[in-house]
Amino acid sequence: MSLIIENLTVRHGAITAIDSLSFRVNERELAAVIGANGAGKTTLLRTLSGLNEPIGGSVTWHGESILHTKPEDLVRRGILHVSDGKTVIPELSVKENLALGGLWRKDKKDVVVATDEVIDLFPRLGERLTQSADTLSGGERQMLAIGRALISRPKLLLLDEPSLGLAPLIIDQIFQTLDSLRHKLGLTVVLVEQNAMSALGIADTGIIINLGKLVTVGKSNDLKSDPNLRAAYLGY
Amino acid sequence: MRLFSTLLIGLSSGAIYSLMALALVLVWRSTRVVNFAQAGQAIASTYIGYLVISRTDNYWLALPVALVAGALIGALVDVALIRTLNKRVKSGPAAEMAPVIVTLGLLGLIRSTVGMIWGGDLKAYKAPVTNHGFTFGTTTIPFSPYNLLIVITTVIVMAVFSIIFQKTNLGLSLRAAAFQPEIARLAGVRVDLVRTIGWAFAGGAGAVAGVLVTPSNSLSPNSLDLLLVLGFVGAVIGGLESLLGAAIGGVVLGIGLAFILEYVSTSLAFPSAFIVLILVLLIKPSGILGKKGGRGA
Repeated sequence: MSLIIENLTVRHGAITAIDSLSFRVNERELAAVIGANGAGKTTLLRTLSGLNEPIGGSVTWHGESILHTKPEDLVRRGILHVSDGKTVIPELSVKENLALGGLWRKDKKDVVVATDEVIDLFPRLGERLTQSADTLSGGERQMLAIGRALISRPKLLLLDEPSLGLAPLIIDQIFQTLDSLRHKLGLTVVLVEQNAMSALGIADTGIIINLGKLVTVGKSNDLKSDPNLRAAYLGY
Repeated sequence: MRLFSTLLIGLSSGAIYSLMALALVLVWRSTRVVNFAQAGQAIASTYIGYLVISRTDNYWLALPVALVAGALIGALVDVALIRTLNKRVKSGPAAEMAPVIVTLGLLGLIRSTVGMIWGGDLKAYKAPVTNHGFTFGTTTIPFSPYNLLIVITTVIVMAVFSIIFQKTNLGLSLRAAAFQPEIARLAGVRVDLVRTIGWAFAGGAGAVAGVLVTPSNSLSPNSLDLLLVLGFVGAVIGGLESLLGAAIGGVVLGIGLAFILEYVSTSLAFPSAFIVLILVLLIKPSGILGKKGGRGA
């Protein structure tokens, strides 16, 4: 019961963005994928969520392949990708953005329960339900994107740079929330981050990639204290 | 009285332009395709409506039949052509141009097919209510019960669309897929299916426009071409992105043209529609309702 990636290769035209990458994330684990800009982190997540097509390799979740499957079908299998940047639909209200997370679900009673849970977790969203998502701050948008994913009752959460463009205080809040959420809900999380310190702070495993290739996999505590890695990849 | 009557006539023709504008905006929003074939889809649906009227003499049966036929044709165009095309050409100038050119080709194809089936001669069917103007005392105005029916039918269609888009789950999916298809997908929206539904709605709206306008003109394989162009003008006035904009744009155009026809010159009316089109694009490309290129609901 885990996410197993083997020899995954993804190309963008002539560029090999992911180059026979292999690693595994156990169930209920949080894996932080660390690497510089252009390391292939976002491509990796986009491939896991069905947005990009790989040219080779395999990815299985709970023993079943998740490649060559539409993102909307993976959502129904509990795989939720919170992409970076425009994670919300600015033209819709906060309420409508949240509602999208439950539209496809048959258990409408649980959608109501899940929505209430999200509003309890992020009261700021509750105060802004009828506002256009366009009016939210960066941190609130991130809360909305995560909240929408939670309403879909995810099992595997793929998070792309949740710290992007946020103030340090907000980043701490988001990471603390993530850490308690994933323990409470038993989530498996693949977290892609440039902010290596924060990410390894809450991760079980760290996966360092560079130019689409695996550099090293290890316990996040070991990685944090490795002086060579710190200098070369972690940037602190 | 003349002023009031011109306003009403403008409202009635504007209602039909609005429906066509709505059809064009629905497709543009959901798939980024300028659908020239809309006139062809509408003409095919109108001929199907004509078939029903000539067999049953029942306009009220023909209208819903044409609407459903229009919706099916719209969905078919998306599934058979646009989806396939989007899969085959994914990037580059061809990806943007190819679907538009295909719709132009399809317009020609539908027109000639319709011509082969029903012939190129003019057909006509009667309106279900009289086309003679209302009479007040001794004055008869050009605005007729049929014009009133056009306005009422359009208002009903628009109201139904507005409820679907603003109040239903399908509407939320349609809007999400139109605004941010990738995020919509990641939230679980079946974007391809939802787009096809958008094409079906557009086809239905175009069919209603065709069936409504025909009793005032006549039916031939290219009798809706001018309506397509005026629909475009209405859509552009409304900013191309907004359904409300399309409705308002069509009505503004209809009233404007009615006043030019009545007070200025009949020969100036249609050139002025194109002048408006060019002026709006030059001065306010986002349309009268557009704000900083943003998209309204």
